[in-house]
Amino acid sequence: MRNETLRLPLAAAGAATERPITIAIVAMGGQGGGVLSGWIVQLAEDAGWVAQSTSVPGVAQRTGATIYYVEMMPPANGQRPILAQMPTPGDVDIVLASEFMEAGRSILRGIVTPDRTTLIASNHRSLAISEKSAPGEGIADSGAVVEAIGVTARQQIIFNMDELAVRNGSVISSALFGALSGSGALPFSREDYHAVIKRDGKGVTASLKTFDAAFDRVVNPPPPPVVLENAPAKQAAPAAADPRFAGLLTSLRETLPEPAWAMAEAGLRKVVDYQDERYGREYLEILGHVQSIDRLAGGEAHHYAFTENAAKYLANAMTYDDVIRVADLKTRATRRARIAREVGAGPQHILGTTEFMHPRMEEIAGMLPAGFARWLKSRQGLYGWLDRKVNKGRRVRTYSPGWFLVLYVLGGMQWLRRGSLRHAEEVAHREEWLRCAYDLVGSNYELGVEVLKCRRLIKGYSDTHARGLSKFDKVLAEIRRIAPRFDAAVWARRLRETAIKDGEGGDLDGLIRTLHTLD
Amino acid sequence: MAERSFAKEVEHLRLGDGEVFRGEAILAITKGLLQAGVSYVGGYQGSPISHLMDVLADAKDILGELGVNFQSSANEATAAAMLSASVMYPLRGAVAWKSTVGTNVASDALANLASGGVTGGTLVIIGEDYGEGSSIMQERTHAFAMKSQMWLLDPRPDHTCIVDLIAKGFELSEASNTPVMLEVRVRTCHMHGHFVAKDNVRPAFSLDDALNTPKRDLGRIVLPPAAYEHEQEKIARRLPAAIDFVRRNKLNEWFGPADGCVGIILQGGMYNNVIRALQYLGLSDAYGNTQVPLYVMNVTYPLIDSEVAEFVQGKDAVLIVEEGQPDYLEQALNTVLRRRDIQTPLHGKDVLPMAGDYTIQAIMNGVQAFLDKRAPQLLGNRPPVPDARPVLADPKVVHLKSVVPPRPPGLCTGCPERPIFAAMKLVQQELGEHHVSADIGCHLFSILPPFNIGTTTMGFGLGAASSAAFSQSGGKRSIAVMGDGGFWHNGLTSGIGNAVFNKHDGVFLIVDNFYSSATGGQDILSSRAPNKNRKTNNPISKAVAGVGATWVREVDRTYDVGRMRAVLKEALTTKEEGPKIIIASSECMLNRQRREKPLVAKAIKGGQRVVKERFGVDEDVCTGDHACIRLSGCPSLSVKQLDDPLRDDPVAAIDNSCVACGNCGEVSEAAALCPSFYRAEVVHNPTGWDRFKAKLSMALIGFLQQRRDRRRIVAEAA
Repeated sequence: MRNETLRLPLAAAGAATERPITIAIVAMGGQGGGVLSGWIVQLAEDAGWVAQSTSVPGVAQRTGATIYYVEMMPPANGQRPILAQMPTPGDVDIVLASEFMEAGRSILRGIVTPDRTTLIASNHRSLAISEKSAPGEGIADSGAVVEAIGVTARQQIIFNMDELAVRNGSVISSALFGALSGSGALPFSREDYHAVIKRDGKGVTASLKTFDAAFDRVVNPPPPPVVLENAPAKQAAPAAADPRFAGLLTSLRETLPEPAWAMAEAGLRKVVDYQDERYGREYLEILGHVQSIDRLAGGEAHHYAFTENAAKYLANAMTYDDVIRVADLKTRATRRARIAREVGAGPQHILGTTEFMHPRMEEIAGMLPAGFARWLKSRQGLYGWLDRKVNKGRRVRTYSPGWFLVLYVLGGMQWLRRGSLRHAEEVAHREEWLRCAYDLVGSNYELGVEVLKCRRLIKGYSDTHARGLSKFDKVLAEIRRIAPRFDAAVWARRLRETAIKDGEGGDLDGLIRTLHTLD
Repeated sequence: MAERSFAKEVEHLRLGDGEVFRGEAILAITKGLLQAGVSYVGGYQGSPISHLMDVLADAKDILGELGVNFQSSANEATAAAMLSASVMYPLRGAVAWKSTVGTNVASDALANLASGGVTGGTLVIIGEDYGEGSSIMQERTHAFAMKSQMWLLDPRPDHTCIVDLIAKGFELSEASNTPVMLEVRVRTCHMHGHFVAKDNVRPAFSLDDALNTPKRDLGRIVLPPAAYEHEQEKIARRLPAAIDFVRRNKLNEWFGPADGCVGIILQGGMYNNVIRALQYLGLSDAYGNTQVPLYVMNVTYPLIDSEVAEFVQGKDAVLIVEEGQPDYLEQALNTVLRRRDIQTPLHGKDVLPMAGDYTIQAIMNGVQAFLDKRAPQLLGNRPPVPDARPVLADPKVVHLKSVVPPRPPGLCTGCPERPIFAAMKLVQQELGEHHVSADIGCHLFSILPPFNIGTTTMGFGLGAASSAAFSQSGGKRSIAVMGDGGFWHNGLTSGIGNAVFNKHDGVFLIVDNFYSSATGGQDILSSRAPNKNRKTNNPISKAVAGVGATWVREVDRTYDVGRMRAVLKEALTTKEEGPKIIIASSECMLNRQRREKPLVAKAIKGGQRVVKERFGVDEDVCTGDHACIRLSGCPSLSVKQLDDPLRDDPVAAIDNSCVACGNCGEVSEAAALCPSFYRAEVVHNPTGWDRFKAKLSMALIGFLQQRRDRRRIVAEAA
């Protein structure tokens, strides 16, 4: 049937090509998509066109993804066009996206197509809840959106419009409006756009400033940034302000293979900053031992990945978070400066901060000399009583003289650290972990590296920290058990990834059960 | 008063004869009611008709001038019952609500109203919340129109057409003594367009006239034997009257050539998108000059048999474009054709989707399939139709599917309900999972990540009622959540009263945020701000005490997570019998910000001492486990990647949109999470004393900091 009809010599009835200009605005609720569609309608009506906007805000107005749709067309010999109420995939001329993943979503809706669509999108990210709440790293890959835009958009105008808007004291809708004007996708002059904003009446100056900035950014885009090839390890040891540190640096470069330098230097910086010079030397001694084992295991062929990972995770292991560390960080001058910058506090203001702390006897005991702390813990009655005294939420006014002094003194107690119970525990745990890595790296290099990486499982404070530890122990025990397998490294990686997500989509015990069925 | 002002929109209602109205359709409808000489308006807010309620609530003066009584009804049943004023008196009344949910609640009153019939015109504005963007179950209001015999208008999405149909709708109602429903879909309600306004009309017969000369007629009251007569009257008198009116006034429309081998019958609401579909197929131009005859039903109930017959006569086939299911219209049309023995084939949901949004693409495919079957030559040389499939098939786009994260709606920044659910999550970590029945309102977002709390939602105000089955169980106590909006909508009686009477042993959490927030922050009985037109400030605690609740706890600052958790725990563990009722109150942050932001800005400008607060995270103290986010989900609490080679995972970060509600700090404190949260207090226009104190302490602090920095080993070259 179809074939016959195809041969029919009939012409298309109406001019199906003479259609209105169609514009979709994809946004998150509360991003001013309504304002923007209002402006665009106004723009068209000023020119004597017929314009219609529709939207389906509903519950999406609470931070959810939503879409606004505008159609515009001049009337012809007294007839008004009939305008559609929703975008049709493959028939949208302009898509304005106020966030980068929303731009991606519009592509998935099929409203960005190579034959007609101009995509105007801000490439800043406002993370979705699933990206934020994911334990570990869960941020979606913007690169995938960039790639898709490359194959879907006829014309693309992409830059950080949020940053531009903030810099010019307005909101993103003004920036998008400016970019739309600059794109030339609509047959209206810059003055027409200005007129619309002026008539709006709210925050006109800032809106115009932002509009113009965006317009110029589109009309004469900046040259693409030049990419510097990064090879920090190649350069000579960075000049250290402090001779003591300079000494450590040179010995680092003498003992360690080049591929591990950059990481080891970062690690060294952290441990020295955490405790003292001696601690830095300790760090280097351990790494020295690590690299000798690495060489024996044929590390050269693996660019000394074992040493490099050890440099990274050993530094983290040695700089465990304790009361002293937190107090020290909270009382630094650099910290206050950073906060002042973030909240925009200047000399005309007075800045103060309040900390939300919840110390438990656990942390206090951790600070005390090991022997005494153990004795204390054995006296349950006393310990419990003390915990009841200590274990409660405390609001700490950081920059009040009294509280600052308390934090300052605590922050200066590094001298107590080496002898403390917590330190003893951490060292023991650390050594067991390294020993496990040493044992395995010889027979299975990747597996040894995976063991080192498992350190990533330990993070957080109190309960979170405890959960991390137990996951770590589970994973390590399982790795030891499956070590003989040829594919042990692959499983080790899976075990770690699962452990990170455990309870939040990951099921560590489930995976371990599966592993048991394998053999 | 709700914190948002609609003064600008109210001005639209003053437009006079010949002036051009420009704006959203729902506002055009509001203006249309005043032009039609309505005497009273009621309803219950909800998307997509909230705007109508909001604007009238702010239009006291105009309504006063016209002698119109406007009410924000307690619920849709109240609104529907309000229409009884038009049973005996020549008063025009209109009510509005979100449908089908609202119509469900109203149907008892509507059924009674429709049975006895009306004297004055009564119009129900139906916000048909169907398809994309809808927040409710997907059903059709059409069924209610048929079961109670109320006429259903489904106007073309065009402001002029809609406003005209409001006037005609009242006349139709009066001509047939039958209530009329005017159905507008979500996209149409929010559609920007224009129409030429008329003067508003002050009703000739006023509410006072009615009160001063009361009338009654036993024949209008739903009670045997009258009830039986009503049914006969519906069929014998009201239906023919309606059909006659619709025909004479040409409420339904014909487009395109008078004669054609095929034709399309459609609901008025489908018109614009059908035209676009025809245009894609080369059968219409952009101005609606179609090659295919169209019969546009602006009245979808009753069906006008004679018009249908007239349209179908002499055609080879006809297509019915009817959105939603069941296919009531298609069935009705088939009945008409059979009864009149018209052999023309009728197509509908055999070529169009049975369920879901009738997108232009769906309509286009349906029409194409129909023409392929019945009149392929019309498709001519088949101009290319828009098609995104090749693009969507591109591997790069396919890959994107797995990348783009879902973006569900969630609680706003600083929402006072967040700490409530954070506390609930903490309590459940301690006492194990409980059965939680949820309700309708912002708090329903608790069912989504990161909280994942809530098992069922049975309708507005029914959160408490829906835990009724568990009232006597000896197991873990059930928890029922309900908002203040739902509480006053019906929850007080259906939920709390019922629980007290039946000695329900469960926990009932009433979330009181001072407004009906989810629908746009309208005032309700327990709203705290003074309202010169309504009586607010009636505490929920008094209401529950009034119905006999004894175990009642009030938390007046929900951000106090520790307290919230303690109260919840007590409620779940106390020995006391009967319902444990918790009233958690804090103002909706959206409305609070609307009120306070301008004031603060003004104060700072005016040189007054103002303390601005904001929360932050010490990035070097945060270890990046994101436990805080799993207990919050605040839009302003996000994560950021540090350029530190030693770090694998991004750390928590708070952006400038933070309103310092304190939730994150309170949570990390209550859950002993970590010490990385801080609250920054910035004093604007500090006093001399402020400066003096700051100077002293900063002198000491600066001295100490330098002292320690001197001893630090500085890695970086200065």
